[in-house]
Amino acid sequence: MIQAILVFNNHGKPRLVRFYQRFPEEIQQQIVRETFHLVLKRDDNICNFLEGGSLIGGSDYKLIYRHYATLYFVFCVDSSESELGILDLIQVFVETLDKCFENVCELDLIFHMDKVHYILQEVVMGGMVLETNMNEIVAQIEAQNRLEKSEGGLSAAPARAVSAVKNINLPEMPRNINIGDLSIKVPNLSQFV
Amino acid sequence: MPAPIRLRELIRTIRTARTQAEEREMIQKECAAIRSSFREEDNTYRCRNVAKLLYMHMLGYPAHFGQLECLKLIASQKFTDKRIGYLGAMLLLDERQDVHLLMTNCIKNDLNHSTQYVQGLALCTLGCMGSSEMCRDLAGEVEKLLKTSNSYLRKKAALCAVHVIRKVPELMEMFLPATKNLLNEKNHGVLHTSVVLLTEMCERSPDMLAHFRKNEKLVPQLVRILKNLIMSGYSPEHDVSGISDPFLQVRILRLLRILGRNDDDSSEAMNDILAQVATNTETSKNVGNAILYETVLTIMDIKSESGLRVLAINILGRFLLNNDKNIRYVALTSLLKTVQTDHNAVQRHRSTIVDCLKDLDVSIKRRAMELSFALVNGNNIRGMMKELLYFLDSCEPEFKADCASGIFLAAEKYAPSKRWHIDTIMRVLTTAGSYVRDDAVPNLIQLITNSVEMHAYTVQRLYKAILGDYSQQPLVQVAAWCIGEYGDLLISGQCEEEEPIQVTEDEVLDILESVLISNMSASVTRGYSLTAIMKLSTRFTCTVNRIKKVVSIYGSSIDVELQQRAVEYNALFKKYDHMRSALLERMPVMEKVTTNGPTEIVQTNGETEPAPLETKPPPSGPQPSSQANDLLDLLGGNDITPVIPTVPTSKPASAGGELLDLLGDINLTGAPTAAPAPASAPQISQPPFLLDGLSSQPLFNDITTGIPSITAYNKNGLKIEFTFERSNTNPSVTVITIQASNSTELDMTDFVFQAAVPKTFQLQLLSPSSSVVPAFNTGTITQVIKVLNPQKQQLRMRIKLTYNHKGSAMQDLAEVNNFPPQSWQ
Repeated sequence: MIQAILVFNNHGKPRLVRFYQRFPEEIQQQIVRETFHLVLKRDDNICNFLEGGSLIGGSDYKLIYRHYATLYFVFCVDSSESELGILDLIQVFVETLDKCFENVCELDLIFHMDKVHYILQEVVMGGMVLETNMNEIVAQIEAQNRLEKSEGGLSAAPARAVSAVKNINLPEMPRNINIGDLSIKVPNLSQFV
Repeated sequence: MPAPIRLRELIRTIRTARTQAEEREMIQKECAAIRSSFREEDNTYRCRNVAKLLYMHMLGYPAHFGQLECLKLIASQKFTDKRIGYLGAMLLLDERQDVHLLMTNCIKNDLNHSTQYVQGLALCTLGCMGSSEMCRDLAGEVEKLLKTSNSYLRKKAALCAVHVIRKVPELMEMFLPATKNLLNEKNHGVLHTSVVLLTEMCERSPDMLAHFRKNEKLVPQLVRILKNLIMSGYSPEHDVSGISDPFLQVRILRLLRILGRNDDDSSEAMNDILAQVATNTETSKNVGNAILYETVLTIMDIKSESGLRVLAINILGRFLLNNDKNIRYVALTSLLKTVQTDHNAVQRHRSTIVDCLKDLDVSIKRRAMELSFALVNGNNIRGMMKELLYFLDSCEPEFKADCASGIFLAAEKYAPSKRWHIDTIMRVLTTAGSYVRDDAVPNLIQLITNSVEMHAYTVQRLYKAILGDYSQQPLVQVAAWCIGEYGDLLISGQCEEEEPIQVTEDEVLDILESVLISNMSASVTRGYSLTAIMKLSTRFTCTVNRIKKVVSIYGSSIDVELQQRAVEYNALFKKYDHMRSALLERMPVMEKVTTNGPTEIVQTNGETEPAPLETKPPPSGPQPSSQANDLLDLLGGNDITPVIPTVPTSKPASAGGELLDLLGDINLTGAPTAAPAPASAPQISQPPFLLDGLSSQPLFNDITTGIPSITAYNKNGLKIEFTFERSNTNPSVTVITIQASNSTELDMTDFVFQAAVPKTFQLQLLSPSSSVVPAFNTGTITQVIKVLNPQKQQLRMRIKLTYNHKGSAMQDLAEVNNFPPQSWQ
């Protein structure tokens, strides 16, 4: 079982923090810091396995990490996971991110933290590996994104329009405009209010 | 109220902050804005606010006020809201908050939603943070989804089921019917999660495991799937670096391991496929190695045939030579696991393992070190120790303590010779002296005292070692102790093993004094040093005055421990000079203390003189005492009575006549004439009672002038009497004869008498006559105790009695204080 997935940069700033076991908030932050310090000490030509720090659970847990450019991807696992398998899993995850974000870089992770979480949710669920086929994952993510877009999304354009309209000081609509036979289709503004 | 800023804006703003304080300020401002926005119950912006909240939570700021908002988002109809709401629930909520139960209904509805992605979200949340109550309520829904044909949902449902089983193990049976068809799926995602589910069920419940083995015929199914994966050609959707779905292969291998453990039939069914995987997998990439690694672990765990096991260990050996350090690490870990069971096979790779000690990687070095210690045995100890000592020289500080302890243990177990042992210890002390554990110092000292013939060599080497550098505390402590004990050997320059060095007494004192003065010495080390200097006062001849001076200086030291020692030693010089040589004598060989019990109780039942006892006919219980009485009669009354035949029949009657004559000559009051008679007595076969212990002589003296006997113990029907004898030639020895009698109706069996005396005494217990005290006072157990009391102090003794009586074990402790003065004065 995977205990936690942490992504942080070379200075220790967290970019993705996901725990699959319950820790109080302060402990979570401490774990991130401790893991960062442990991983930073490692040279580049050293193996990617570390014994876990004291906070995260003791001797049964290992930290398996990979360093990509400015980011460290750290998976904290227990003995039921294959170490080499997890290394491959990290690779799959990063490649998926790459496909979803078109040449992913740290800024993508920073500004789209929620999307990264959604992608991770398709790969690992409840601390267990859910899907490892990259194309599958990408297809599902794209379907969900389409669903969201059709509704409006987080930063919905209609929402902005709504607030814009709300704030306009509309003069009172003249009631009796006799324009004759012209049938002008006035949009029903009420649905946006 | 202006629209809340977007997540992107917030992130951008926070990134411009230059200090932690600035960042905190911005976050607090935004939190306040979010809070007021929540209060306004604004549906449109809620998801944006929660997203921002989650970001701030990741940075480490409190976000608990968003929990209820997450629930509202989950209840909304829009997918966007639900998505962020569920994410928030997973990150912010857990089963400790009661709020989470409000989610149960929402999740239930969403599990039956028309959109599969909503269902997926619900499954995901339940599988991540569902509490046991939630799991109980919703397990039925999960089970339904496990049977659906939608593979996207099926795989999520499988993992959710794993979580449910973990939280509520009783529900495992519920999922059993659904598992029947799981392995018939084509979709690899479903296959993968199904195998995970089956693994979880098998690991949790041995019944399930048995069920799957027999009824479901799981092993053939898995073997079939694995075969398809390996044999089928290139399949683009599952290919990872040329291997078809390695993740699934690894999972299946793991499940096979659990199924095959301790089960011959299953193991046999797997042998072929395991061999196939082991030989056909390509090892150029990490994925191939991952599969091989899992295969090796499986082979080692099940009851595989020996050919397969050898294949597995060879694969591990190949891994060790691989350039990739991850592979080497993994190989070392698995070898460590198998070294217990397949020791010889692993020994073959010993040289490679020892080479790994020189690797740059810390994790690999640690594994290699542990494995090396596991591989040390009597044959390879010399070679291995050389490598390990070299490793100790060059390794990182965090290893040195463990390595030093390991070396000590290995040396103790397999040392080929004492000199080698001491050399090794010296080497460790000089290279890693400050990392040696504290308990190593007394162990080493004990070891040194035990190797008597090496004393001169040891002290010489230790002296040379600290001459150059006395900063490593354990080394200095051991050296100081040895110099104190064996300083005379050092001065005399007798050393057979090495070139003897010329050392004067002054030089030795110089080095000890510099240890005392040095700032690097710990307080404990100083104590050692001072005591050593003091001991040398009896071993050195010309420098006693210098020693006196040093000791008196430290009488006013600030360190209380040093001060106390110095003052006491001063007193030793002044008032108790006559005792000094005795007190500072050479230490005797120390017994290894294995228990933590009181070390004064001496259990030498039968240990002191086993040989003579074996040659004599074992007397039955009552005999010795009656013989003793007879003896007394003989001596007292000089009666020539037909008592003689009661003496053991191995003695012919004529010899009995000699006995009588001898005894008749004995002068009861004086010692001198008694000397020749008992000397010949042992030639005749005597009752064991007479031959025990001392040269019999004291037994004949002072019996009638009578030190009064005492009742030492009388409780619960058990009575123990002490009778005393003193020797005139050796007045500090008192011989006590105990007699234990039993006035109850049942025998006391397994009777053991133990005694302890104050430190100024020495005690020796001889073997008892038997271990059964017969009932109704029909007989007694007799045992002889010899007490050495050189200082003629008042005799006190604590006794411990253990016996079985009336079917239960009894134990009692008592103190004997009523010794008559004649027994010790």
